[in-house]
Amino acid sequence: MPEGKRSLPQPTPETRHFWEGTQSGELRLQRCNACQKAYFPPRPFCPACGQREVSVFKASGKGRLFSYVIHHRPVAGFDPPYAIAVVELDEGPRMMTNIVDCPQTPEALVLDMPLEVAFAKQTDEITLPLFRPSKSQSAKG
Amino acid sequence: MKHNSIAIVGAAETTELGRIPDMSQIMLHADAALNAMKDAGLGPKDIDGVSTAGETPTSIAHYLGITPKWVDGTAVGGCSFMIHVRHAAAAIESGMAKTILITHGESGRSGVGRSRAPVAASSLPGQFEQPYGPMGPPTLFTIPVLRYMKTYGLTHEQLAMVAVVQREWAAKNPRATFRDPVTVDDVLNSRMIAYPFRLLQCCLVTDGGGALILTSADRAKDFPQKPVYLLGTGESVETPMVSQMEDFTSSRAFRIAGPTAFAEAGIKHADVDHLMIYDAFAHLPIYGLEDLGFCNKGEAAGFIWERNTAPGGKLPLNTNGGGLSYMHSGMYGMYALQESVRQMRGTAPAQVPGAKISVCHGVGGMFAASGTVIMTNERV
Repeated sequence: MPEGKRSLPQPTPETRHFWEGTQSGELRLQRCNACQKAYFPPRPFCPACGQREVSVFKASGKGRLFSYVIHHRPVAGFDPPYAIAVVELDEGPRMMTNIVDCPQTPEALVLDMPLEVAFAKQTDEITLPLFRPSKSQSAKG
Repeated sequence: MKHNSIAIVGAAETTELGRIPDMSQIMLHADAALNAMKDAGLGPKDIDGVSTAGETPTSIAHYLGITPKWVDGTAVGGCSFMIHVRHAAAAIESGMAKTILITHGESGRSGVGRSRAPVAASSLPGQFEQPYGPMGPPTLFTIPVLRYMKTYGLTHEQLAMVAVVQREWAAKNPRATFRDPVTVDDVLNSRMIAYPFRLLQCCLVTDGGGALILTSADRAKDFPQKPVYLLGTGESVETPMVSQMEDFTSSRAFRIAGPTAFAEAGIKHADVDHLMIYDAFAHLPIYGLEDLGFCNKGEAAGFIWERNTAPGGKLPLNTNGGGLSYMHSGMYGMYALQESVRQMRGTAPAQVPGAKISVCHGVGGMFAASGTVIMTNERV
């Protein structure tokens, strides 16, 4: 593995709830109180309708593999080849992630396969939401 | 914009392209700007507007000795220059400036005097993409493609064919970086970069620059070169994070910029003689052909496979060899614009005989932004 550590997020006032959530084992999304749309990345207003009245809620942590690449070149903190993936959550929003507990091959990484969140502690402040193939078969799709 | 009210009267690239270790980034801007001013028969005192990206308009104006009364520093990635053309046209039309210089220069390969800020860990991309190990465009721009492949049945061979056809165009261009023919097998056997993308499906990394000079069409006849008129332009942006694209099989920014330009130009797709679609990676011409309406969804790869965009085909595309084979400094849009101007002047190395209308379509960031410019050599 190349020297160094992966780049880590620096939370801002508008995203702190998300990173506090991953620390405590919750994947937190936001939903507009007016139009009910769930959205990501975090911000204290609804990007669909502009209302400031929004709620943070605990997401199911389930989703499906939406798309990815398998990177073959060295990056600090990663052991190539490794997949850089996008998961589509059951609640609707998509987010970038890595897929763990799964061979990093096109054969093993099948689009639309069910995934579930796997929290990966990086530091005392930062835990990243990674995803692994779903152990239950309850994810949609 | 009124049809044909604005003309490109100066256009040039840097004297050299490829590996230029003896020029810093700002000198690449200046080298291209001096060449474009010579092309137009102008000096710095004749320029009253400056647009640029990568450097600030302040840096460029001061370096070149220009005293502008209008500037535009729109910097949304590689299509910034298409958007500069659109903004310059509006400025000239409204009387804010008379003669506008647009510059680009980038020491993409040699890295001399390059200004490139790292992604801030507190930015949204820094918080929600960078921690997962992307390393620039080869790992981000490419992420939507597997979803496109599953949705429309695009094959690895078809994706490879984009690079094959563009190498055919590059072979006709003495300034192209790579000119030797390649086959689909060659592409599919080249080094894996970020599955499903192999080396020959990714753009070059080179040094270079380019510049354009725009003025009102009424003044264009006083300049030495054959004027190239603007017919229509469009622009849009979507998201700084590729993971947040609305649709992984189509770019919203493309679908706004392209049709806006077509509507403004008042042309149909059948009127287009020559097309440039910014090809940082092999999937971009596929997305562009569909989002601009040249092909139905899912049909662009077949359209390219059947050689419609190849030399001798009915829709010549990326006739300089594109970012895959001609050159790509990082923000390629300026080189696509230069090729459209050459085609409209009738001076391109792979000239499309009798071409009258050229569409030049750019992307910025990873599907983050888009700009489209439609040019003609006929004053209607």
